[in-house]
Parts: sequence; C-alpha cells; structure tokens
Amino acid sequence: MSARSDLGVDFGNFSQLFNSLESHTGFLPARSTVAGDDSGGELQLWNNVSMSDVTHDHHSDEEHSELTQVDLRVRALRTVLEQKGYIDSAALDVLIDTYETKIGPRNGARVVARAWVDSAFRNWLLEDATAAIASLGYAGRQGEHMVAVENTESRHNLVVCTLCSCYPWPVLGLPPTWYKSAPYRARAVKDPRGVLAEFGVTLPDSTEIRVWDSTAEVRYLVIPRRPAGTESLAEAQLAELVTRDSMIGTGLPKAPDGV
Amino acid sequence: MSYRSHADLGGQDGYGRVIPEPDEELFHATWQRQAFALTLAMGATGAWNLDTSRSARETLPDYRSLSYYEIWLKALEKLVLERGLVSVDELAAGRMLHPARPGLAVLRATDVPALLAKGSPTLRPATAPARFAVGEQVRLRAAAPAQHTRLPGYARGKTGRIEQMRGVHVFADTHAQGLGEQPRWLYTVVFTGAELWGDASTCGQSVSIDAWEPYLERLS
Repeated sequence: MSARSDLGVDFGNFSQLFNSLESHTGFLPARSTVAGDDSGGELQLWNNVSMSDVTHDHHSDEEHSELTQVDLRVRALRTVLEQKGYIDSAALDVLIDTYETKIGPRNGARVVARAWVDSAFRNWLLEDATAAIASLGYAGRQGEHMVAVENTESRHNLVVCTLCSCYPWPVLGLPPTWYKSAPYRARAVKDPRGVLAEFGVTLPDSTEIRVWDSTAEVRYLVIPRRPAGTESLAEAQLAELVTRDSMIGTGLPKAPDGV
Repeated sequence: MSYRSHADLGGQDGYGRVIPEPDEELFHATWQRQAFALTLAMGATGAWNLDTSRSARETLPDYRSLSYYEIWLKALEKLVLERGLVSVDELAAGRMLHPARPGLAVLRATDVPALLAKGSPTLRPATAPARFAVGEQVRLRAAAPAQHTRLPGYARGKTGRIEQMRGVHVFADTHAQGLGEQPRWLYTVVFTGAELWGDASTCGQSVSIDAWEPYLERLS
C-alpha cells in the first residue's frame, strides 16, 4: 500500500467521484503514478477511475459531455430497436423494476436464516441447493444451478467470477460494482486474505480459505456461520443479521446487538 | 485469426485494492438501467445466446478501459450489427432506416416474470459416461484455445483434484461459436494455492473452478 493511501485519500470525495465516474470510465490498471504527488509514492486507483478524470482540470465538463455521449448512444440504440419491433419498452421497465425492487439479497438472507434454524433444510440446501432454494420461491435466471457452501470454524468460503460477473441473481440480485471490478476478479483467487482484509475481515491462520471461481453455470451461495448469542432469535430476526457480503464470503453476519 | 479475451483477470497483478462502496445503488445512471434491460430483452429474442454475448464482451479491444455497463452496451451494439438486425447508419441516425428482420421473438412485459423464473438451465441428459471420477487428479489443458473458453488462464497446465461432478452441461466453448450445445460433463476441480501461485501463496488457500471435460487431461 502506498504512503499516500495510508495517509488516507479523502475517501468521501473519492467515493463521490467514483459514483459519478462509474458511468463512463473503467478498467484501467489500478496502479498509476499521479503527477505532482508530493509523497513520491504511488496512488493506487481502482479500476473505475481513470487518470484523465483525476488529473484534468476540466474534469466536470468532460464528465458531462461523456455522459451525454453514452446517454445518446443508448437512446439511439433503444429507439432503433423499438422502431424495428425487436423490443417492447414496457418489458424494459418490468426488467428494471424486478431487479431494483423485487430480487435482492434479502432473498438469500431468508435462505440462510432458514438453514440456521432448520437442520433438515440445511441438509437439503447442502445436498440440492437449487431445489431447497426454490422451495422458498427463489429460482430462475442466473440461479438455475445453485450450490450452497457452508462456512465452518475451519473453512471460510469466498465466491468470485474471474472471467466476467457470474453471480446468483435469484438470491442476491445483481452484483455490486466491486464484485465486477478488475481488482476483485484479479486478486480474490490469488490473495484472498488480502482481499478479505480490505473488507475488514481477518480470519485465524488456521482457517482454510476456499475460493470458488464461477467459471460455468453453477452459482454459489455462501452460508455464513450463525453468530454467537443468537439462540433466542426468531428466523426473521436472524435474517436481519445476514448481509449480502456474508453470502459472497467477503463479510460476516452482523452481531445480534448490532440490530 | 487469433482469439483474444480481455476479461480473463484471475491472478493478474497490478490492480490494487478492492474498494467496496457503502450503500451502493444498483445502477449509477439511467443509461445503465437501459443498457441492462436492452441486453436482457435482446437476449430473449433468441438472436444469440448467453455464451455468444460473453464472447462479444470479452473480445472488445477496449474492454479494460470501459466501465461495466459500457461493456454491455458496446457488446450489444456489436451483436445487433453483426446479426444484421441494425445498421451502422441507423445507430448514427438514432432511428430506423431499413426494414426490420422478421421472425424474432419479442419479449412482452407480461412474459418477463415467467422468463426470469425459468432462466436458461444448462443441465442436459448424459449421453456418455464421465471419463473422470471424484478424487482423481487431473491436469488442465495448457494451450490457449483459439475461441471463447471458460478455462481461466491461471488454471491452464495446472494439476488439481476433482471434488464434485456437476452433471452434463451445455459446453460454453462451442455454444459461444454457434456450433451447438455439445453438452459435456462438468467437474469442480480444486487446486492448492501453492500449485497455482507457487511460493508466493500462503498455505491454507485453495481455489476451485468448474471445468468441462474437454478441459481435462489424465495425468500420465
């Protein structure tokens, strides 16, 4: 890690920049030297921010024009496809609404909570995750062939797709940007402990880390360990403790007093 | 013509930290929603399949300088142009200038829930016995294939153990090229960190991939 990063680039500002730039910048190698960086070190950039956006004086003008350009491209494509009768614009709205409001990580949290309270369901989930998950009403696109992998004291599971962005949509929704980003895809398989540390997760050396690279149509759901002190909680309360990241393996469930 | 994927990132150095975004929104701009929905809707027309779509994305020469949904958008433009569904002049004009190609299945709003619920299962009946068994050590093919593949570069030439059999699945390599499903046995193959990364790896790490039978070689 560079000295500059240690000192703390103002994360709030960068986060904002990142939000606005994600739309039109991408996958540049993350390690670049910033001209005039007085620390003499390197400023590590993540894939979503390009150097031109950071260093150019007229960054907001560029941002505006580039955003407009990509906006216009999408509009042109959509118009042509609609006029040719290849797409129904009402279907686009339903697709977007489905993933914005109906299918998301609360689905997976219910699966995990059920597994925590019902050992027969847990066993079914480990034997035939597709069927067990479908019994709760979650199935279909990008979850056609599900496998559940359970964290234990001796083993922690982490899921990645190094080749694109494969992710179990019916239980987790669409993937977050970091999951699709070059740093995560490049490093999860080679330096999983380092990646986990960036998510604030440190595991004992004695815990084996198993990384699942989703290279075919099998989709993986991590069943995190049930937090201690949750014996008296009901299934719905347990589901509240299950975070999205804990089902990817980059996080742990919330502690019960954090609810 | 040689095939080059720009998406095979596993194990590559130089990408820096992973930056999780707290309370991230699903889409960061309206056009991203549109790019997403257009891609799914056009995928439903049957003009190409998911593997073709992945191949179109990973071969974009500027893949690594594009954001995620820009990759989707550019690949979608490429596919509609390649299939003759749309012409370059139409994209430039932003309107239809030539007759539509007939015969595409158009996704209607009322059909979306059923389409998503059904998905596109890739499991197929077995027509040949599996060549490998759980517990067996296998070597992954070393050569870089001249077409779309789902064998990541970091696993090529490496030795791993078959941990699970996943049944017979549509073979992405042929499916992407329009050469049919040609279903093959699929195996979860696990590698030690040391096998993949050598001494740089700490112990207690393992990585698995899902590999179709043609990727596997018997250890001699």
